[in-house]
Amino acid sequence: MSYDATFRVWRGDAAGGDLQTFTVEVNEGEVVLDVIHRLQATQVGDLAVRWNCKAGKCGSCSAEINGRPRLMCMTRMSTFGEDETVTVTPMRTFPVVRDLVTDVSYNYEKAAQIPAFTPRPREADGSHRMQQVDVERSQEFRKCIECFLCQDTCHVIRDHEENKAVFAGPRFLIRLAELDMHPLDVVDRKHEAQDEFGLGYCNITKCCSEVCPEGIHLTDNGIIPLKERVVDRRYDPLTWLGSKIRRRRPD
Amino acid sequence: MELERHEYDVIVVGAGGAGLRAAIAAHESGARTAVVCKSLLGKAHTVMAEGGIAAAMANAYPEDNWRVHFRDTMRGGKMLNHWRMAQLHAQEAPDRVRELEDWGALFDRTPDGLISQRDFGGHRYARLAHVGDRTGLELIRTLQQRTVALGIDVYMECTVTRLLTGENGVTGAFGYWRESGRFVAWSAPSVVLATGGIGKSYKVTSNSWEYTGDGHSLALQAGATLVNMEFVQFHPTGMVWPPSVRGILVTESVRGDGGILKNSAGNRFMFDYIPDFFRKETAETEAEADRWYDDKKNNRRPPELLPRDEVARAINSEVKAGRGTPHGGVYLDIASRRSAEYIRKRLPSMYHQFKELAEVDITAEAMEVGPTCHYVMGGVEVDPDTEAARVPGLFAAGEVAGGMHGSNRLGGNSLSDLLVFGRRAGLAAAEHARSRPGPAPLPDDDLADAARAALAPFEREGGENPYAVQHDLQQTMHDLVGIIRTAPEMEQALERIAALRERVGNLSVEGHRQYNPGWHLALDLPHMLLVSECIARAALERQESRGGHTRDDFPATNDEWSRTNLICSRASDGTVALSRQPLPTMPAELAEVFEEVPA
Ligand code: SF4
Ligand code: SF4
Ligand code: FES
Repeated sequence: MSYDATFRVWRGDAAGGDLQTFTVEVNEGEVVLDVIHRLQATQVGDLAVRWNCKAGKCGSCSAEINGRPRLMCMTRMSTFGEDETVTVTPMRTFPVVRDLVTDVSYNYEKAAQIPAFTPRPREADGSHRMQQVDVERSQEFRKCIECFLCQDTCHVIRDHEENKAVFAGPRFLIRLAELDMHPLDVVDRKHEAQDEFGLGYCNITKCCSEVCPEGIHLTDNGIIPLKERVVDRRYDPLTWLGSKIRRRRPD
Repeated sequence: MELERHEYDVIVVGAGGAGLRAAIAAHESGARTAVVCKSLLGKAHTVMAEGGIAAAMANAYPEDNWRVHFRDTMRGGKMLNHWRMAQLHAQEAPDRVRELEDWGALFDRTPDGLISQRDFGGHRYARLAHVGDRTGLELIRTLQQRTVALGIDVYMECTVTRLLTGENGVTGAFGYWRESGRFVAWSAPSVVLATGGIGKSYKVTSNSWEYTGDGHSLALQAGATLVNMEFVQFHPTGMVWPPSVRGILVTESVRGDGGILKNSAGNRFMFDYIPDFFRKETAETEAEADRWYDDKKNNRRPPELLPRDEVARAINSEVKAGRGTPHGGVYLDIASRRSAEYIRKRLPSMYHQFKELAEVDITAEAMEVGPTCHYVMGGVEVDPDTEAARVPGLFAAGEVAGGMHGSNRLGGNSLSDLLVFGRRAGLAAAEHARSRPGPAPLPDDDLADAARAALAPFEREGGENPYAVQHDLQQTMHDLVGIIRTAPEMEQALERIAALRERVGNLSVEGHRQYNPGWHLALDLPHMLLVSECIARAALERQESRGGHTRDDFPATNDEWSRTNLICSRASDGTVALSRQPLPTMPAELAEVFEEVPA
């Protein structure tokens, strides 16, 4: 059941690096992260890689496998032929720290800039009442495991370092959409979405939705509706007011 | 020596649910607070929690209240829990859940718009607030976003290797940045340990690489005590196939939502394993068990929902008796019992996990599952109200603290534990810092010594490979201090641990200090070894079976032991010392709970 695979893994740091070739054992049922771990344990003890859950739940093990942004722990070796060379490189959109580990602080900075969730008051009995259908829209975006693969993919910032200052990336556009659709939140962030987080830079190529390991429909369910509401808000304040009021449950 | 220095009132070590909740509480009560964590913010092991947060909110069953939750928790822990912790936990959990909503959490709803609550093993009523089967992610993201909104400092990918102490207790902590390998020292009068558990000492575990017992070991070395270390929870349902995913958790919600366990002969074997202790509240026939899902008033619970220790032992016995699946587990079947649509809706991440990792469609076929090391009930001995350890200025909350869960934890009680005691620890840590005149100086010698110890693996040439040593430790604990234990095996384990200690003293690593996983593991290994020794010693000493501690040579519970805790401390020669301590006595008005609520 085992075979020897050829792996090319990028090794290096901020100063530079290159692809190194390894021959490494692969067993039945393994994923790319298992093979990287075997390299660590047997050939290159200092090979740098992030991971935590090994079950696609924490979003730590993001990398590019044969050029595709993917989670290493959810990429089964059986998707490759036994004689196929598997190439693993760090996410290109973020600066390399070492080997497969990148500096993702851009994402944490954007997250911190988003105006915080602010709830309406609780009801008289201390509860918040919301209907399942109303929470489900935001829940879709709260499935996000912050793997940042969508950020890595988005052409607005991939190879365009200069756009990072003005564009928050798909992950944080859906965070804005999530808050906008949140039944309890009372803050309007549409203005910031456009002017500070760069909603207008997105031209709806949908590449972000394609790579999302959680299957979140970033563009269809998040970014496009947000764009529509921003337009409403800008040109027709009454429409916006109406939609905001309709979203409240009738008491 | 090159060293980055910082000063705070409260340092929280760990950024899972307990750590973040502690940091929020400390910050909100005015303390200058920082969180130090080994991974990126938002990646902590709490994200792996699937089922939900246990809280007697009575949204699903008006009969539910804190006294019933308290009773369930104590019975689940076979009465070894610290009664005061179990009481505070049951009383405060509902408020801790509600406040998450004020910070943005979106739980699944009941038809009238309240937080929906689901069934779980050992809980009399449906009580777990949940979001599909990704409740832990919701909890961590909510606390993360709150932490960021409050502007609390977070030192990400930074490992604490030592607690610094002076005559009056804690003075700070010493650690290194994983990215650069550079050293950091924090001066602080209060440190909250929220480092989680120890599962990485075992071969088959649901725990991530972070679970190396750092907090347990740091506390012990600083002079604090550990309680109940012999109690390790093996979750009954981990994946068993393929080998590379062995141990990954399969949530208890599968059983709560209707899944049943079957052996290779197709028998629903849990009916053969109902212990007397739970007989009155467990269904006797399959028909009654099946009726329970819709009519809880007139039927008793299916035996699949017995506490985890009971189910794990039963699976272990079935496999040993030759009635296991081809890959050495048993079948967990929900496919034949619920519609595909229902399964995908209630258990989306389980569906995804099996589809992606095992090529199994859980809406069409049964899963293969077996026990996996999941949780340590034992931990730092703390004061129930303040989570203060025996060293002044040291606090512990969440999995790293002991006492709350007794000999076995109920599912769902972990996330509520993190919130209730995380908050209490943060408040008490801030209060303690206020009582101190100011930062104590950190002696240069102590800092230099900590740095020397951390760099030692680079100095040695041709020593032991840390990955090989870790592997041997995991094999030892798996084989000799696992689910079923005997004295000769544990004695052998202690001998092997002694031999491993020699090898850990002789580790060497290649490369340099920048993001070097081999070096990081070399620094985690002494912690893993120390907690493994505590577990093995305590397990050898406790000559009875109870909860997460099963002795083949002492299969029954024992009255004397029902009143006794085992305490680990550090002897003057650096070894682990063990002592017996009477259980705290429950006040009469709480003892009544066990009579007033029908079993
Ligand atoms: S749809 Fe927008 S956000 Fe997504 S990848 Fe394309 S440009 Fe980027
Ligand atoms: S939206 Fe999807 S791809 Fe983007 S960070 Fe979240 S989980 Fe990853
Ligand atoms: S390790 Fe958690 S997503 Fe891969």
